[in-house]
Amino acid sequence: MINVALQIAEEKIFCSGHHACPGCNEALAFRYIMNTLGKDTIAVVPPSCGAIISGPQPLSSMRIPVYQTTLEASAASAAGIKRALKAQGKDHVQVVAIAGDGGTYDIGFQALSSAAERNEDIIYICMDNEGYMNTGAQKSSSTPYLAYTTSTPGGKPTAKKNVAEIMAAHRIPYMATATTGYLDDLANKVRKAKEIKGMRFIVILVPCLDGWGVADNEGAKVSRLAVQTGFFPLYEVENGTKYTLNHGSEGIPVAAYINRQKRFRHLAPEQVESIQQRVDADWEIFKTKFNS
Amino acid sequence: MTRMLLNGNHAAAHGVRLAHPKVVPVYPITPQTPILEKISEFQLQGLMDADLMTMESEHSAMAACITASLTGVRVFTATASQGLMLMHEMLHYASGAQAPIVMFNVNRTIGSPWGFWPDQTDSLSQRDTGWIQLYSESAQESLDTVLQAYRVAEKVLLPVMVMHEAFYVSHALEVVDIPEQEIADAYLPPFNPPHRLDPEIGESWGNVVDQDMYYRHRETLGKSMEAALETVVEADRRWQELTGRGYGITESYRCDGAELIIVTMGSMVGTAREAVDQLRNQGVPAGLLKIKLFRPFPLDQVRQILAGVPKVMVLDRNFAPGTGGFLHHELKSALYGLADGPAMHGYLAGVGGTNVSSDKIAGLAREAMDQDPAARSVWKG
Ligand SMILES: Cc1ncc(C[n+]2csc(CCOP(=O)(O)OP(=O)(O)O)c2C)c(N)n1
Ligand code: SF4
Ligand SMILES: [Mg+2]
Repeated sequence: MINVALQIAEEKIFCSGHHACPGCNEALAFRYIMNTLGKDTIAVVPPSCGAIISGPQPLSSMRIPVYQTTLEASAASAAGIKRALKAQGKDHVQVVAIAGDGGTYDIGFQALSSAAERNEDIIYICMDNEGYMNTGAQKSSSTPYLAYTTSTPGGKPTAKKNVAEIMAAHRIPYMATATTGYLDDLANKVRKAKEIKGMRFIVILVPCLDGWGVADNEGAKVSRLAVQTGFFPLYEVENGTKYTLNHGSEGIPVAAYINRQKRFRHLAPEQVESIQQRVDADWEIFKTKFNS
Repeated sequence: MTRMLLNGNHAAAHGVRLAHPKVVPVYPITPQTPILEKISEFQLQGLMDADLMTMESEHSAMAACITASLTGVRVFTATASQGLMLMHEMLHYASGAQAPIVMFNVNRTIGSPWGFWPDQTDSLSQRDTGWIQLYSESAQESLDTVLQAYRVAEKVLLPVMVMHEAFYVSHALEVVDIPEQEIADAYLPPFNPPHRLDPEIGESWGNVVDQDMYYRHRETLGKSMEAALETVVEADRRWQELTGRGYGITESYRCDGAELIIVTMGSMVGTAREAVDQLRNQGVPAGLLKIKLFRPFPLDQVRQILAGVPKVMVLDRNFAPGTGGFLHHELKSALYGLADGPAMHGYLAGVGGTNVSSDKIAGLAREAMDQDPAARSVWKG
């Protein structure tokens, strides 16, 4: 039994009755994000599971204005809203873009990088389910090495892009990684981001039950294993330089994570071992960042 | 009023300054860049309080224009050619959201191959994106049209594109009258849309709709477009009352008793005016119809003006492969079924920015008078 404390005031800004798959971790993340940001918020959502979860017109799962934009334009769209709010003297309103990994790592990256360079006063959250799930689980540049997707049926031959480090390298005020198995940590990071001005970026690993082949009741568990095996460390970077590790590898073999997901079930033992070696090598490089 | 020697782009920038947009996302491209440079200068000098956003692409510039507009402020951007092509997806998105954006597009050839020359194919190929399109032939007209565009956009809630051509208008110096701020303010009421992105209102935009809702959205968009025509007429009339300058949605020049009417848009109009004078002096009964408003197309007006005219010669500085000249194509459909409609020559003249002199136009007109027209557009250099 996983003990996830619920440290949010439930303001019902994100409501039940939405269209996510039962047990979807992304909906869980939405709930924590929206309740933490509060009602003085405008959200920007591109095509993604997030758009389905936000709801079809005239219904909405969120009690705040939601602007659904195009797949590649989230950061620019959010920046346009924030600039207009400032021009109207409504600077207290937060603008949050909530996009998928495809909309962030791939097609929307140009606009995102530019918004970061301009230090736009927005919060950009990437719901990273490691694939194009809304279109039926195709590969994105966030899909991990050797994972099956419908466009990489033999397993993805290349590594997952490290968007966290790329965004940190923009030296934005705040960059953080989070996941749904650590909800307190997730809510804390959103809370912290809310207090900071300028560009804030949070990438949230959200196990996709359907796209990863995870049981309905195992999303949070798989999320925790991603952290505990060293696959997805939880950390923060302030101004591109100040690194803080929140939760890292607990030395659990990656097989414990991989074996719970159908997208890896085609792997031979040597392939699992090669993943283990990559995760170990990445960690050796990565841990030096926290020593300074 | 101030009188200055300005190129077309700087004249357009003065129009923007007078309209006081609050958010201006920009991206450079020849030959539009002087517009954004001038606006940046105005802003630095404190003559504009616009928030300039230096975007990484035209696609993002338009994305930011849409949301800033939907959040309730006046916006502006400018582009040309490849920039407009890159925006294509967002152009539809803007009109779908009924965002009253004003954009200036300097008509320039589209690659490949690369070129920087006057050619209207860029904006004409965006004719179906739900934007009002206005074509200007001079620096003064560009300044005036920018202000008119805001008045129209904010009344009918549709985006407006204003065009002039590369170099011929964008970089050529002309004497321009710049109206005082009070005139612009009297003409353009503050932009205060009741529907906007605002947590206190709680309205959203863009969510998935069902088929019936989509149908109704498109129908509403169509109605706004229809209403735009009268609004453009009204905006022009009001501007004329205030400044003495008006352009109409079309202009008929020496069309009385004309046996051939030249129809064209943009900078070619000025040259064609001279050609008509030349022809009239030599006793050839020629006239000119300038199309200023291309979207919505002034169908009824054009049918009325061209009814009973024996011949029309359309000059297109643009080209759609497989279709021909955009204006030629448009006029054929506009005049279809008109009982006493004209025989129509469609000439591709000046495509890619080749020079078309008044002598050349006069020559083409004489030729057209003696020949039966081809059904398709004909290349005439
Ligand atoms: C320009 C463009 N290309 C393709 C699409 C189709 N499309 C819609 S959602 C989607 C997948 C997005 O994946 P991601 O951003 O990871 O979000 P997820 O569906 O996984 O939540 C794609 C490719 C689109 N909407 N726009
Ligand atoms: S496809 Fe995956 S991410 Fe999308 S709603 Fe279903 S479980 Fe959630
Ligand atoms: Mg995804």
